[in-house]
Amino acid sequence: MSTSQTPLVEVRNLVKHFGSVIALNGVSMNVYPNEVLCLLGDNGAGKSTLINTLAGVHKPTSGDFLVDGQPRLFSGPRDALDAGIATVYQDLAMIPLMSVTRNFFMGREPMVGFGPFKRMNMDEADNVTRDEMHKIGIDVRDPQQAVGTLSGGERQCVAIARAVYFGAKVLILDEPTSALGVAQTSMVLKYINQVRAKGLGVIFITHNVRHAYAVGNRFTVLNRGKTLGTYTKDAIGIEALQNLMAGGKELQSLSEELGGTI
Amino acid sequence: MTLANEQNGPAARSDERLKKVSTLTGVLRRPELGAVAGLVLVTVFFLLTANPAMFTLAGVVNFMAPAAQLGILAVGAALLMIGGEFDLSIGSMVAFAGLVFGTALVVWQVPLSLAILVAIAFAVFIGVTNAQLTMRTGLPSFIVTLAFLFILRGLTLVGLKWASGGATQLRGMKEAVADSPLAPLFSGDAFPGLFAWLAEAGIIDTFPNGTPKVPGIPVEILWFVAIALLATWVLLRTRFGNWIFASGGDPRAARKSGVPVARVKTTLFVITALCSTLVAILTVLDAGSTDARRGFQKEFEAIIAAVIGGCLLTGGYGSAIGAFFGSIVFGMVLIGLTYTSIDQDWYLVFLGGMLLTAVVFNNVIRKRVTGER
Ligand SMILES: Nc1ncnc2c1ncn2[C@@H]1O[C@H](COP(=O)(O)OP(=O)(O)OP(=O)(O)O)[C@@H](O)[C@H]1O
Ligand SMILES: [Mg+2]
Repeated sequence: MSTSQTPLVEVRNLVKHFGSVIALNGVSMNVYPNEVLCLLGDNGAGKSTLINTLAGVHKPTSGDFLVDGQPRLFSGPRDALDAGIATVYQDLAMIPLMSVTRNFFMGREPMVGFGPFKRMNMDEADNVTRDEMHKIGIDVRDPQQAVGTLSGGERQCVAIARAVYFGAKVLILDEPTSALGVAQTSMVLKYINQVRAKGLGVIFITHNVRHAYAVGNRFTVLNRGKTLGTYTKDAIGIEALQNLMAGGKELQSLSEELGGTI
Repeated sequence: MTLANEQNGPAARSDERLKKVSTLTGVLRRPELGAVAGLVLVTVFFLLTANPAMFTLAGVVNFMAPAAQLGILAVGAALLMIGGEFDLSIGSMVAFAGLVFGTALVVWQVPLSLAILVAIAFAVFIGVTNAQLTMRTGLPSFIVTLAFLFILRGLTLVGLKWASGGATQLRGMKEAVADSPLAPLFSGDAFPGLFAWLAEAGIIDTFPNGTPKVPGIPVEILWFVAIALLATWVLLRTRFGNWIFASGGDPRAARKSGVPVARVKTTLFVITALCSTLVAILTVLDAGSTDARRGFQKEFEAIIAAVIGGCLLTGGYGSAIGAFFGSIVFGMVLIGLTYTSIDQDWYLVFLGGMLLTAVVFNNVIRKRVTGER
């Protein structure tokens, strides 16, 4: 993370309005290669809005958006994917009536054949899907079964496996472990580390400070649509981070009332 | 972790929580199952009640011709429904395309190839307009295309009066294309040589003078089969097909996954308009004239055929080959009743009944596929 590097993705003073709602009111952040940036903040702080903008889902109302140091404006999520930015959305972006395989390769279908006989390579797609899901710790019984029939956690794993498989430069994860079991959660944290070690930049959103502290290199805290600050791991302790995440609300007294369990 | 590894060793491919799915259950999951079942039922019904002439070669051609005209529309409608939209302007578009095509041939007196190009250009324009209005306004396509149902029908009436000098019919297309090399592609019967030979060899029925009773396969049937096969291939095996299912299943999720949803839906609206145009060209050349009632209420029949073929009204699920079978069911009942002693007007009763059965049936199937909870 030497400052001489250019960030993979950078936003400065990003503003996003939805009609009269001000979702982001001047957010700045960046992510470098080979680092995990944790994006933290209360419910409604604007984390998902920020990463949706990075992923090309929303167009920013104003502010600078740079990819590899160059100003970019994505016309849609396809542009972002083409630029190597893969995202696990909070709502997962899965199509329930379609098979696991078709969802996994949605928009990135493997093809065989030439000219008019070009077709989707279903066998290869099935195999890749099964293998990638197996790596994350889920045995897909039948890759042709509809995603709607999977459990919530299984569905989340499909979304994560897909993003990891296609993420070439930046991997964005919006609360990827919210529905996961213990084994799958630790698997995802391990994944984040592996992906970072390969030289990608990872943006990781979570409400669990221990998960954040376990894999994060830097922490950007949002509060009510603004950046509260960015801290490197050695500059902030886990307790201080937790207090920032709560947007300054008093957590201490609450945790005493509840017998210190949070 | 070691325990998990032991369990997930080499045998991981067979899962103890997966029941063996029999081929039968696999078939039961196909969306076109209902249409095939309907076709079998209707065939059995007419085998029992109708004059056996219905199932001779001449009889089959007799009911396949209207099935083909409807089916070309139904396959387009099915693709659009799977893509999550409706087009109620299909029928009026047939009339409008007939007007454009007829005017180009008879009034402007351009060659057939150019008249077809003009008709296609108008179809693309109407398709894109439907799509843009639907997507820009965010209104249901049901409403937008309902407006075009009336607009196009009205424009056809006005246009016909203008082109024919006051009548609602335009004539003279047969003469206009009489010596066009393209005409056999869109009118008449295919393979006359083969059928003449078959008649000579005594394989098919002939008139007393030796000419075959069926001089060839009407070209619209060939178009119908080719379009149904092509649409099925596109849906199940190509990237665009994958995108159609995705755009209809959940457009927001599809867009987030990198599917150009707007482009997919625009293409589908253009495809339905082109299907209408093809039917217009085929029927106008067949009749040698065009009129304002052409394609009347075909939008409903096409959508019903698509629903019988397994398309969900909510989009994201269905089949093109199902619409193919659904259309044949239609043609069989429409023509088949004339081979029986049953009053023909039962046709409408049947139509409504079939639609209800199909919708209920599709709902059950969908719950089965998605494991809806
Ligand atoms: N499409 C939209 N239209 C209107 N307001 C929106 C829209 N999307 C987000 N908002 C508003 O913007 C604010 C930020 O939402 P966002 O989803 O980014 O929060 P978040 O930080 O991801 O919260 P959480 O931790 O609960 O996921 C919220 O107050 C929300 O109501
Ligand atoms: Mg969020």
